Amino acid sequence: MTNDKMILMANQIAAFFNTQPGADQSKGVAQHIKDFWEPRMIAQLRAYLAEGGQGLDPLVIEAATQV
Amino acid sequence: MKDFIIPGQNDAWGNGIQDETDRGTPAHTGAPVTLTIDGMEITVPAGTSVMRAASELGIQVPKLCATDSLEAFGSCRLCAVEIEGRRGTPASCTTPVHAGMTVHTQTPKLRKLRKGVMELYISDHPLDCLTCAANNDCELQDMAGAVGLRDVRYKAPESAPLANHFEARDTSGAANPEWLPKDDSNPYFTYDASKCIVCNRCVRACEEVQGTFALTIEGRGFDSRVAVGAENFMASDCVSCGACVQACPTATLQEKSVIELGTPDRSVVTTCAYCGVGCSFKAEMQGDQLVRMVPYKHGKANRGHSCVKGRFAYGYASHSDRILNPMIRDSVDQPWKEVSWEEALDFAAKKLVGLQAKYGQKSIGVITSSRCTNEETYLVQKLTRAVFGNNNTDTCARVCHSPTGYGLGQTFGTSAGTQDFDSVEKSDVIIVIGANPTDGHPVFASRLRKRLRQGAKLIVVDPRRIDLLHTPHMGEGHHLPLKPGTNVAVVSALSHVIVTEGLMDEAFIKARCDLDAWEDYKAFISEDRHAPEATEALTGVPAATLRDAARAFATGGNGAIYYGLGVTEHSQGSTTVMAIANLAMMTGNIGREGVGVNPLRGQNNVQGSCDMGSFPHEFPGYRHVHGDEVRQMFEQVWGVSLDAEPGLRIPNMLDAAVDGTFKGLYCQGEDILQSDPDTKHVAAGLAAMDCVIVHDLFLNETANYAHVFLPGSTFLEKDGTFTNAERRINRVRKVMAPKNGYADWEVTQMLANAVLKETGGARWTYTHPAEIMDEIADTTPSFAGVDYALLEAEGSVQWPCNEEHPIGTPLMHVDGFMRGKGRFIVTEYIPTDEKTGPRFPLLLTTGRILSQYNVGAQTRRTENSLWHDQDLLEIHPHDAENRGLKDGDWVRLASRSGETSLRAKVTDRVSPGVVYTTFHHPDTQANVITTEYSDWATNCPEYKVTAVQVAASNGPSDWQQTYSAQAEKSRRIAAAE
Repeated sequence: MTNDKMILMANQIAAFFNTQPGADQSKGVAQHIKDFWEPRMIAQLRAYLAEGGQGLDPLVIEAATQV
Repeated sequence: MKDFIIPGQNDAWGNGIQDETDRGTPAHTGAPVTLTIDGMEITVPAGTSVMRAASELGIQVPKLCATDSLEAFGSCRLCAVEIEGRRGTPASCTTPVHAGMTVHTQTPKLRKLRKGVMELYISDHPLDCLTCAANNDCELQDMAGAVGLRDVRYKAPESAPLANHFEARDTSGAANPEWLPKDDSNPYFTYDASKCIVCNRCVRACEEVQGTFALTIEGRGFDSRVAVGAENFMASDCVSCGACVQACPTATLQEKSVIELGTPDRSVVTTCAYCGVGCSFKAEMQGDQLVRMVPYKHGKANRGHSCVKGRFAYGYASHSDRILNPMIRDSVDQPWKEVSWEEALDFAAKKLVGLQAKYGQKSIGVITSSRCTNEETYLVQKLTRAVFGNNNTDTCARVCHSPTGYGLGQTFGTSAGTQDFDSVEKSDVIIVIGANPTDGHPVFASRLRKRLRQGAKLIVVDPRRIDLLHTPHMGEGHHLPLKPGTNVAVVSALSHVIVTEGLMDEAFIKARCDLDAWEDYKAFISEDRHAPEATEALTGVPAATLRDAARAFATGGNGAIYYGLGVTEHSQGSTTVMAIANLAMMTGNIGREGVGVNPLRGQNNVQGSCDMGSFPHEFPGYRHVHGDEVRQMFEQVWGVSLDAEPGLRIPNMLDAAVDGTFKGLYCQGEDILQSDPDTKHVAAGLAAMDCVIVHDLFLNETANYAHVFLPGSTFLEKDGTFTNAERRINRVRKVMAPKNGYADWEVTQMLANAVLKETGGARWTYTHPAEIMDEIADTTPSFAGVDYALLEAEGSVQWPCNEEHPIGTPLMHVDGFMRGKGRFIVTEYIPTDEKTGPRFPLLLTTGRILSQYNVGAQTRRTENSLWHDQDLLEIHPHDAENRGLKDGDWVRLASRSGETSLRAKVTDRVSPGVVYTTFHHPDTQANVITTEYSDWATNCPEYKVTAVQVAASNGPSDWQQTYSAQAEKSRRIAAAE
């Protein structure tokens, strides 16, 4: 998938968990990605992060370390 | 081709038929009452009619206007009885039983009376029984025999003709003014007024069962006749559900198929293959010729009712477009080549194995079908997990109800609706949100309308003014005409009113829900920004209207919520499902009859396909592939090691195909090119694959990009089960041999074995779908108690069906939620990224209509197209006028994704700024317009919100013409060598 689409998907997930109460929103994002993203999608996210991760929600960036 | 199998002979489970005696009046519940009929004592519930009590004793009181699907009417006078201590001869259908009553159904007085009544009926009825379509299937004929009618004394005098309704001309040759020509305008049945006895059953069926009120009796006395309020049936409000035909005791309303073929000689109970209601039907047969489909009175989902699709639209099964031989080709620009099954399967297997060798184990996958049986779906997902060695399996639920699975799973702990359909009979306030039941789930809609006529309140949350709001004789109705994409804001505003006005059910919340989560949610939803006054500008729903609706739901008694794809197919689809669950929990509307959260599933087996592990992240029974214990259990049963990581969802498969890492697909019974969003992207994905295997009845749009075509079988040609929207597992029974030679489960097994032949694995050896169900039961706790013997005994069961619930579970979460405590979830409204603007100022939302089904592959190949032969764009008069458009004009519909052309229908059913169309016709390809935006949690596409522009057009667009030419070229089949 295009990076733009991946960024959109990841940021949508972050947008939901950003609204949730508590202090472990990044954990929710990470778990959601682990539960539903296929390994090559996760690999793409990691590769994009390695290039700087421009456009990704900070919560996604935080969560990616837990995926 | 296999040998012809006579259905039933090789099937140990029978035809499913139970006692179908018509007891004349509906059953009642009440205190026991004992009475004596013809010297025999019987005890029945209070409220039961004498006629029904007699029937329970095996005494059939003659009747014509009575039938047990309708309330008693008491007009025909044939069912008269004598009751000791009472004067006269009361009608047994309208006389309720009383304790100690002594009834006589056969006396000289009654015999004389009945014979006289029948004589009068027959004096105005043609005596053409031998050539009548209802010969041997006519209650008038039966009753003439039952009362011993031997002569009709009422003859025309020689001086003048006797007035009647059945002779076109009198003896002098003059036209009979009382005679009406047969109305054969409806494609499926005729109305022959000359055979009508004016028993009123058709009129009452249209009112009581269907709820359309299309029929009436006009005139009085001898001039009385059935009327449709229009020139003919086709021009009337009739929705062709068949209830009137079913109720008619003569050949007045008669199926054209019976007129053509004659009466059937055997019946087999099976399940409709259209929507998620899952109606039970009797397939009435002559040999292997289907004569008609008749709704089965003991069907627990439909209770003897039907719609135009299930009742009549089965002609596709024998349509000449069906492909019956396997076909292959090396590239999609070549014509198809018909080959043997062995060659096709060998070709497909070698391609798939080769692709995995070249591109990796995860380079291929499957799409299971929500139109196929549970057993077939189970095998397809097993094919990818156990044979391909990956989890790349998905299903059309991805594009419809995947948010239901996620949302209800998070809040309640299970991915299914909470009720059975009977539950609506106990509802007092009913919210319908993002669903159009009269069109999408018509048989359930009839039951819902019945409840509305009894006084239940209705709250519709929908951008369109759906037909349910026009239910005749309904009481209080609220329409919340929200702007597309604002569901979360509207449902949250409803909850805000309930919480801030203290209308929630504190006791339920305290006993049944996670209190920490509730406190978080309560604080969130109480904020002023969720008040209807604050959201009005955003949602378009007037604050006062919304407050009234919220109060009605919270205080009106049993509150039930029914929803459809207008909830799920949004970027916040899953969030809206959670918001709905919150609303039900806070009002205590969970865990008993009349309440609940009820997703109306689109296709016949969407629920089942999800249950069977079609999603790439979970095994059958909604258990994640990460779970070691479950995965190891399947590894042991299947004898292979399994992938522990989620596979690709449909949109991800297409993306990966474009990227070059996904190269092969087995697609059973789905047409993703027409049904999935952003057609151009779907086409690009399919075109990038090296092996697309389409397994279907027809060369559908997806097959334009296929390399292998495996012919499919219809629901009439195979055994199995479907699971409907109420979790009901219903039997599908084979009534004829597969025209293509094999049931779909056999084809999948042959494909698996062809691949296993290449890879060296152990062959699959299923010999009947019952064995597959046994494997499902062995591996899936919610199905642990299900087998074909139980289904035969019970008719159907609702999962969970296991040791704890041996005959199933009609209501979920009765004593506690599946997850323990119900979990409130904060549901913040987040606007979609799909925005209107100067270029695309209108919002398009899509849906379907009564006569067509999904991509139309089946219904377009029936006479149903007479009602809907093209997709139309509904547009508000203001928007049409601004663009100079008139009703019927060709218009160009354009979005950021693409454009198409279709004709306009100017109507104020849609709000200004909103346009609507269906996606039933490939000539239109409405999904060229829809975008790739999707639900945040599940990737369910956002079909319901697309920013568009509409302008005048001269006809089909260049893209449509190019696509049509390409599709025609792709469907070429090479002449046999």
